[in-house]
Amino acid sequence: MENNLINFILVPEVSLSILAISCLMYGLFSKTNSFNKTTNFATLSLLFVSALIYLDFTTSFAFFDNFFSNTTFTKFFKILTSLGAAASLIISKKYFIDTKINRFEIPTLLLFSSLGMMLMISSKNLMMMYLAIELQSLSLYVVASIKRNSIESAESGVKYFVLGALSSGILLYGFSLIYGFTGHTSFDGIFITLSNLNELPIGLIFGLVFVLVGLAFKISAVPFHMWTPDVYEGAPTSITAFFAIVPKVAATALIFRFCLEPFGKFYFEWTQVIFFLSVASMFLGAIAAIAQKSLKRLLAYSSIGHVGYVLIALVAASDQGIKSASIYMFMYLVMNIAVFSIILSLKKSDEYVEKIIQLNGLSKTNPILSASLTIIMLSMAGIPPFMGFFGKFYIFFAAIESKLYLLAVLGVLASVVSAFYYLRIIKNMYFDEAADNENFDFHINNQAKLILFILMFIISFFILYPSLLTDIVSGISLN
Amino acid sequence: MTDIPLLSLTIFLPIIGALVILLIKEDEKSVNNIKKVAFWTSIGVFILSLLIWLQFDSSNPGYQFEEKFRWFNDFNFYYHVGIDGISLFMVILSTFLTPLCILASWENIKKRIKEYMLAFLFLETVMIGMFASVDILLFYVFFEAVLIPMYLIIGIWGGEKRIYASFKFFLYTLLGSVLMLIAIVAIYRFTGSMSILELQGNNFPKNIQIYLWLAFFASFAVKIPMWPFHTWLPDAHVEAPTAGSVILAGVLLKMGGYGFIRFSLGMLPEASQYFSPLIMILSVIAVIYTSLVALAQTDIKKLIAYSSVAHMGIVTIGIFVVNSQGLEGAMVQMISHGIVSGALFLCVGVIYDRMHTRDINFYGGLVNKMPIYATVFMIFMLGSVGLPGTSGFVGEFLVIVGAFQYSSLVVIGAASGIVLSAVYMLYLYKRIIFGLIENEKLTEILDLNLREKIILIPLALVVIMIGIFPNIFIEPMRLPLELIISNYELANGK
Repeated sequence: MENNLINFILVPEVSLSILAISCLMYGLFSKTNSFNKTTNFATLSLLFVSALIYLDFTTSFAFFDNFFSNTTFTKFFKILTSLGAAASLIISKKYFIDTKINRFEIPTLLLFSSLGMMLMISSKNLMMMYLAIELQSLSLYVVASIKRNSIESAESGVKYFVLGALSSGILLYGFSLIYGFTGHTSFDGIFITLSNLNELPIGLIFGLVFVLVGLAFKISAVPFHMWTPDVYEGAPTSITAFFAIVPKVAATALIFRFCLEPFGKFYFEWTQVIFFLSVASMFLGAIAAIAQKSLKRLLAYSSIGHVGYVLIALVAASDQGIKSASIYMFMYLVMNIAVFSIILSLKKSDEYVEKIIQLNGLSKTNPILSASLTIIMLSMAGIPPFMGFFGKFYIFFAAIESKLYLLAVLGVLASVVSAFYYLRIIKNMYFDEAADNENFDFHINNQAKLILFILMFIISFFILYPSLLTDIVSGISLN
Repeated sequence: MTDIPLLSLTIFLPIIGALVILLIKEDEKSVNNIKKVAFWTSIGVFILSLLIWLQFDSSNPGYQFEEKFRWFNDFNFYYHVGIDGISLFMVILSTFLTPLCILASWENIKKRIKEYMLAFLFLETVMIGMFASVDILLFYVFFEAVLIPMYLIIGIWGGEKRIYASFKFFLYTLLGSVLMLIAIVAIYRFTGSMSILELQGNNFPKNIQIYLWLAFFASFAVKIPMWPFHTWLPDAHVEAPTAGSVILAGVLLKMGGYGFIRFSLGMLPEASQYFSPLIMILSVIAVIYTSLVALAQTDIKKLIAYSSVAHMGIVTIGIFVVNSQGLEGAMVQMISHGIVSGALFLCVGVIYDRMHTRDINFYGGLVNKMPIYATVFMIFMLGSVGLPGTSGFVGEFLVIVGAFQYSSLVVIGAASGIVLSAVYMLYLYKRIIFGLIENEKLTEILDLNLREKIILIPLALVVIMIGIFPNIFIEPMRLPLELIISNYELANGK
């Protein structure tokens, strides 16, 4: 019992909260601008925490009356979250300094947000779930509007806040209905109560749907996606990178756990909702992206489309579905970090590239860069031999295994539509000529370059040894 | 057979060549080195594929040169390649045409030569890999990966409407192949196997076969292409650079026919019989309709593109009559069409390089200035028409013999298409080659240079060789085709 305290500190979330508070303290009391140091500190903290999660000293711990679950599934997603957050800090550091929003609050808030996400992934109780969601969202509302003198940034922050608050309200209402009908807030308690029922009472159905709506807002599934393009476009690109990369992963893990753990028995009820969300997200993501001129908006719709694919795996409601979703989210993370590390470093005549048309003629001046971007786009579109294809393959395999033929066919049709806008980026880089003679400027620091290199290696050569990932994932389960 | 992994070497040698090219920095001086590396790599691949042919055992109906490694630990997917009599000549066709294509692009590709050569070498790997795959998922990976280099080749080095054509090509074929992906996943779900070898035969109940067949049909009918899914083809052909058209007509269209034989007939025999009337109707329409459309074209490339659709109609008839004459005819017709239409596109490229137009009315009387050109063009034109002694005759004749056992109505359709093909090809030849030179711009036109002779004369020889000794080509494919036919007859109770 004597090393109880050490064990307690080695719980990743506890350790992360201590580190986040230290980061805040250091930033507050330091006399000079401490952005550089706090960012490095935050990055290292996240890497340290992901190592802690991997080593996992806490298997026998049950904190706070089972508020908290620790399984292979949550570990996998928490490592994705912390590594993704660390990577997004590294790739965006230079952008922050360049655009003069190098305030120490940013890494600090992102640390707190990551903490919220990790708690979200692990939460085993409705109260815990709500608090975790609020912790991550409140931090993100602030960073979305961190560029105070820019109207777009402020607008995106307010939009995100108002809609986020609305969704939290709906979520809470759903929780209260579930609590009212089951008498429990813990996932286990709800599960036990439900296992005695033959069908869901109407109040619980309402509660379930409200919670799903709130969660759909967090993962930006259609029709609760309206904030995504605006926030992506308005926020500084470095913040957009964080939005696109990390919270999606955490929220996806949460919606999987919420549907499959307490409501696992009544999958027929919620799969109908998720089925609709999935199809609508895939098609709206694919079709709305076609008309976009802004690169960030396009990526917003692309992420909506990707969410649609992950939800296919949720509808499958099987072990294979969980594995497929884990693989897909890993690939989503890798591809998005790669694409944002390029966007965050690419300048044209002293302005960061934000419009698709600004990419015209990139292949002439920067052949390696445009080849990398081409590979990422093809991978996102799911064209073999690149990595994204195998993600889609696993998703469709899960769907076929659960006899969801219609959903699989709709999924591949949407992927053809979405291929159009990914190809369009390649078209701009390779087929179109630049209108002016201004040169591209690709400034990337060494750590970001290393990350980009590793990610490009994974994307291109995943095909050679896929078992490296699939072996890890094959051990994943919710229990 | 030997310890050297000959087949894998053939598949991946182009990639090694591509890596060498990647290391060369592109500037004025090194451009020639890039071209040379690309050319000699593809020659090396061709020699390797000839070695495979040399060591090939025609008395073995199964796969030879097999190599098998585990690919996924959680699924039964393997890196499994092998060659049998059906894929042998498809591989050789790919390796034969690629060096000629690189040679044909020697002077007329002026920008981004490095990327161009990289695209072609990547394309070669993908084509060979696709025909050599025994694992269906591996096949699919190569089948779709073909789109990437072809999209870039059309889009970067193509003509005026290249962007439209490249998108249409990519999305149209992608739409077909993703449906095939669903079918592949479903096959794995039902059987737990992805090996073409193990899945040969009649493994599925008929109602499932029908859905699977339709999904495969969506993919192959777009690829081959059958009427009414052919509309991407004229656009892609017209806009692609010459070498792109050659590969497109020469090899990529064959992927559809190859897929029909391997997957539709080989794995889904009951559904193939169920749908064979549909195929026959579409094929006969394709043969007659596209021949008439070809007759009305004023763009030489478009005319040849439509003639490809008509010739592929003959191929699908030959495949789905499912007897030895029909299938062997279809295979020979595919090889022959690969050579002949590739060569015709190269011929168009020759005069396009000189005059920069493909308008038929612009030309006329070329025989007076370009006698050698007129001769080789005539050989290919006659090969396309199917004159006895050329490769086209063997294929068409066998298909018609095979079709007689199926229905004489189909024979009437196919035969009338062959007559029409003579009409539009001879008419084309008359307008371009014969007569007196009326266009002043043509008075200075030069005959074939050495490079063009090196490209076109081997092709002409092959056309005649297949016409005179077709048995060299039919012999290796006889046994594997017999196997498919006997499976088919067993499944359908004949």
